[in-house]
Amino acid sequence: MAVVKTLLYLFVYPGLLFLLLYSTFCEWVDRKLYARFQNRIGPQYTGKQGILQPIADFIKLLVKEDIVPEKADKTMFHFLPVFGITTVMTAGLYLPLWNVSSIVPAYNSFPGDIILVAYLLSLPTLIFFLAGWHSTNVFAGIGGVRVLTMLFAYEVPLLLAILGPALLAGSWRLAEIARFFQHHPSLLIVNIIGFFVGLITLQAKLERVPFDIPHAETELAGGTFAEYTGRGLAYFRLLTDIQMVVGAGLLATVFMGGFPGGILLGLFHFIWKTLIIIALLSLMRAGYARLRIDQMVEFSWHWLAPLSVIQLAIVLLVKGAL
Amino acid sequence: MKNKITIGPQHPALKEPISLRLTYDGDIITDADLRLGYTHRGLEKLAEGKSYIQNLYLTERICGICSHSHTTAFALGVEQLMGIEPPKRGTAIRTIIAELERIHSHLLWLGVAAHEIGFDSFFMYTWRDREHVLDILESISGNRIHYAINTFGGVRRDIDQDQRSTILEQIAHLQKRTEYYLNLGKTEPTLTARLAGVGKLSKEQAIDLCAVGPTTRASGVAQDIRKDDPSLSYPDVPFEIALSDTCDVLGRVVVRIKELISSYTIIEYLLKNLPDGEIRVKAPRKVPEGEVISRYEAPRGENIHYIKSNGTDKPERLKVRAPTLANYPATVEMLKNVFIADVPLIFAAIDPCVCCAERVIELVDSHTGRPEIITMSQLRTEANNYYRKKNIRNKEYLWPW
Repeated sequence: MAVVKTLLYLFVYPGLLFLLLYSTFCEWVDRKLYARFQNRIGPQYTGKQGILQPIADFIKLLVKEDIVPEKADKTMFHFLPVFGITTVMTAGLYLPLWNVSSIVPAYNSFPGDIILVAYLLSLPTLIFFLAGWHSTNVFAGIGGVRVLTMLFAYEVPLLLAILGPALLAGSWRLAEIARFFQHHPSLLIVNIIGFFVGLITLQAKLERVPFDIPHAETELAGGTFAEYTGRGLAYFRLLTDIQMVVGAGLLATVFMGGFPGGILLGLFHFIWKTLIIIALLSLMRAGYARLRIDQMVEFSWHWLAPLSVIQLAIVLLVKGAL
Repeated sequence: MKNKITIGPQHPALKEPISLRLTYDGDIITDADLRLGYTHRGLEKLAEGKSYIQNLYLTERICGICSHSHTTAFALGVEQLMGIEPPKRGTAIRTIIAELERIHSHLLWLGVAAHEIGFDSFFMYTWRDREHVLDILESISGNRIHYAINTFGGVRRDIDQDQRSTILEQIAHLQKRTEYYLNLGKTEPTLTARLAGVGKLSKEQAIDLCAVGPTTRASGVAQDIRKDDPSLSYPDVPFEIALSDTCDVLGRVVVRIKELISSYTIIEYLLKNLPDGEIRVKAPRKVPEGEVISRYEAPRGENIHYIKSNGTDKPERLKVRAPTLANYPATVEMLKNVFIADVPLIFAAIDPCVCCAERVIELVDSHTGRPEIITMSQLRTEANNYYRKKNIRNKEYLWPW
């Protein structure tokens, strides 16, 4: 029975199949909302209201010709997108989605898994850098350097922001943090600054407007992905989608009380909470212009980092008062 | 470490082929160079073989956006040579179309600039509004872009009472939208953050480098052909030159938005005071000998046409100086010491129309690096020799099917 459950966990829910389908659904939601914010209709023809459009795009990219630059390192060039998808999917497995029993926690939950998820979500950034570097293209190279520059700007605020709730709950285990806030929902309001810092840094991690600096199409012609076509590009796009879902799941676990109530109810909670976060991310994407790399770094260290430190101070004060 | 990067001739930020050769150090441009000549169309030579009325439609096709500007400049010059003057109503309709074109061009530019800085929502908004202008233009002339409204001695179509009221309605709507855009800068921090202080061009530089149009007006130089050398109905219409003294891309945005608003008032004024009478007078087929320079304020800046006639129905020489060409020296200056991220924006800020500006190509010997002058027959012989040597009967060069 345990083996079946493990296999289901890995391949069906919340593993491979669910993450694939749900991430394409989220991309559709994002595109549709983004289009509505811009006074457009968005995808319309594939499936009902264009709901299958992301899948169609993915399949179309898969059948396109896969061109590798002459001077590029072929192994790395093909290996990086796959490795990237593996890391974000692994991160997805650690979200406390199916931890029915609170007395016997699931095998994928252990103290410190919050750090593991944050680490696994950071790996794609390094992969983007390597992808840009191995493309041997000027634009991709500049894009790769910008990816790393941005990493140093947003990573610290993001970590500080998600550590706030962990400190308040007194645990470094995602399932326990979620359970703590399920029992004390009023304490969620304490982390409101951290939530918004987390949201903004997640946007930066996903490299979406206003932080799409590394692959700005009008400046760098696609930046890190300039040389990627066909399969590689398809995997990278899928990677970003899954990263968005897992990132939203992480924020929902930490700041919105997780996903209580077993498989079905938990799934319901997961969907509405992540969709709220994705809607906020789309709103941010529609409402701003792209920042310059120096402005982004300055914004991060002048605003986000101090805000997350203030958040930590608030958390410590509240914890002392409790 | 110094590196070189070439933006273009094929690049998503460029709508038309041009090559920006940039030397960068880290993320900062230290030196810039422009290379033109990718879309030379031999248009001036073509004009010499066509009659004046055919050339009117040829000049319309110099540019896809400021098509009316080129025909107006050409028509004004030829009318001066012919010694005829269009009736008041015809001139007023010309002016209305000219201002509608300015609105359409500036709205398009606002969208492009927003797209360059990754603000796609703004891009979608302005282009949606632009549809209103295109609808108006279509209702007047029958075409969205190449209006073909000008003819020698006046215009080809009249504006009736119904059209007048619908145009006024649409213009009122656009006015509201434009005021919203003007306020957007105050409420949207990332927009101003990307535009302010970028692409500096001081007042002295703008004058020295002969910049034209909104580029120079954003540097505080009050230069506008509509005021300096007024033609059409401009002397009768009250309007102000839109100015800004910030000398950067933000100023260029503000100048263009202000010009949009002044264009609305000009159109409203003209529609409400449309003179009665004929819309055109008859023009002769042949043009007396002479030469003329005609200037006109296109949406992008000063547009100059030089026409030389020899007494026949075909011009002996037509020379077109599109505004983009005048702005290139200033662009090279603006591109120095900026971030790579700002290059597309600065280049887009002059509202480049590369194809309009291409008047000449330089043949450079790749071995010696020296420019050469080659006649058409020489070029033809050389091409024939090249392919003869290449032995095109070789299987490789056969059509495969």
